[in-house]
Amino acid sequence: MNTSLTSSPHDPARASYQTIVKAGDPWFFRITKGQTIRITDIEGNQAVDTLFYNAVDPTERYSADETIRSQGNIYLTAGSALLSNRHRPLLTITADTCGRHDSLGGGCSAESNTVRYSLDKKYMHSCRDSFLLGLSRAPVPMGIRDLVPNINFFMNVPVTPEGGLEFTDGISAPGRYVELLAERDVFCLISNCPQLNNPCNGYNPTPAGILIWD
Amino acid sequence: MNPPVSPPLLTQTLRGGGSWSMVLPRHTALRLTDPTGGANVAALFYNADRLTERYNMPDTLKAQHTAKLTAGHVLYSDIGRILCSITEDSLGWHDPIAGHSHAAMVLARYGEGTYQERRNDWFRNSHDLFLVELGKHGLGLRDLVPNANFFSKVVVQPDGTLTYVPGHSPPGSTVVLRMEMNVLVVLNTCQHPLDPDPVYAPAPVALEVHRAMPPSADDWCRNSCPENGRGFSNTETYFSLLPS
Repeated sequence: MNTSLTSSPHDPARASYQTIVKAGDPWFFRITKGQTIRITDIEGNQAVDTLFYNAVDPTERYSADETIRSQGNIYLTAGSALLSNRHRPLLTITADTCGRHDSLGGGCSAESNTVRYSLDKKYMHSCRDSFLLGLSRAPVPMGIRDLVPNINFFMNVPVTPEGGLEFTDGISAPGRYVELLAERDVFCLISNCPQLNNPCNGYNPTPAGILIWD
Repeated sequence: MNPPVSPPLLTQTLRGGGSWSMVLPRHTALRLTDPTGGANVAALFYNADRLTERYNMPDTLKAQHTAKLTAGHVLYSDIGRILCSITEDSLGWHDPIAGHSHAAMVLARYGEGTYQERRNDWFRNSHDLFLVELGKHGLGLRDLVPNANFFSKVVVQPDGTLTYVPGHSPPGSTVVLRMEMNVLVVLNTCQHPLDPDPVYAPAPVALEVHRAMPPSADDWCRNSCPENGRGFSNTETYFSLLPS
C-alpha cells in the first residue's frame, strides 16, 4: 500500500466551531463554501460514515462512483475531489493523517446486518438508522431516496486485483484526522458508525471529533 | 441454473447508445447477449412494487466479499433483499464500481455529436439516458445510484488504481439475470466510462426475457455463501406476507 500523509496548518484553538459526535450518533450540519472541516478519529479505528449534499439543492449529492472513477483510484486521501452526481466538486480533501479512506463499503443497515451476520441481528444499531434520523434535521424534506453510498472515513476495505473485497482492521490510530475544504455550501451528514459485528470499529465504537474553521 | 422452460416472452435488440426499461415479474429471467463484442450495459434495478427500494452496490459487494459480479452472485437491494440473481455468465467478471458516462465526458472524449447534425446516431451518454428512462416511472436524479456495468471489466490494483480491461467481452458473450422480486430494470448501452476508445461506437445488445423456475433449495446462487441464503430468506418472507 502506498499512502502519504498530509498534516494541516490549522490551529484547533482558532476553530469557529467544535463538537464531539458520540459513538453511534448522527450529526447533520451546514458547512459554508470556504470553510474547512476536520474529522478526528479520537480513539482510533473508528469508521465515520459521511455524506455531503449541495445545501441549495440537495438532489445534488456526493457520488462515490463519480469520485472514484474521476481520480482513477478507489481510495480517498489528500487531493481527492469529492464529486457530486452533477460531476463537480462538493469538497476537496486538503489534509489526511490516516492515509486512505473507503468509499466502496457503504453504510451498515439493520437489513444488511441480517444478510451479513444473522437474521437475529436486525435489532442492532446501524448507520442507516442514524442517517435517517440525521436527515430528519434537514431544513428541507430529505429521506431514504437521498441515501446513497457514502464515504467511510478511517475505514479499511481492501480490494484485490482478483476482485476480492473484505472489511479488515483499520489503518487509523488515535488522533488521526482528515480535513476537507467546502467548494460550495454543503450539508454534512455523519453516522458515527455503531457496527459491532465486524472490525471496522475494532468492535468498540468510539467518539469522533469535529472542528470547523472559517 | 434454470434453463429456459418456454420460448422467450420478449426478444429485442437494443442498439448501441440505446436505453430500455421494463418491469420484469418475479421468476422471469433476462438474458443479455453481446452479439458483436465490446458491449457495455449500464443497469439499475428497483423493487417495482415499492420504488424507493433499489439496487445497492456496497451491500451487494460486501455481502459477497466481491468487487466483481459473475454467476452465483446476487444483486441486493438497500433493504437486505435480492432483486435478481446471476444464474449464467460466460465472462466471469462484470464491473460494479466504475459508474456511468455523462454529457461532459462524452463531449470531451468523442467531440460534439448533436441530434441536429447526426439525427439518431447522435452521441448519447448514460447519465442522461438513465434520467430519461427513470422519468418514465416517476423517478429522477434522487433515484439514480451507482450502477452495474455488464460486459465490462475494471481491475483494482493493490494501490487502489482502477484499470479498464479492453476487449473483455468477445462476440456472443452472455449473462442471465433471474428476477427474485418484481423488478423495474433500467438499462442503457453506452460505452463504459473508462473505455479509452476515442471513437463513439457503442455496441448493440440482444435482450431476451424467459420464464424461469423459482430457485430451489439447492440453487447455486442461494448457496454460494451463507449471506445469500439469508438474503433469499428475507426476500421469500417479504413475498409470503404480501396479499396473493
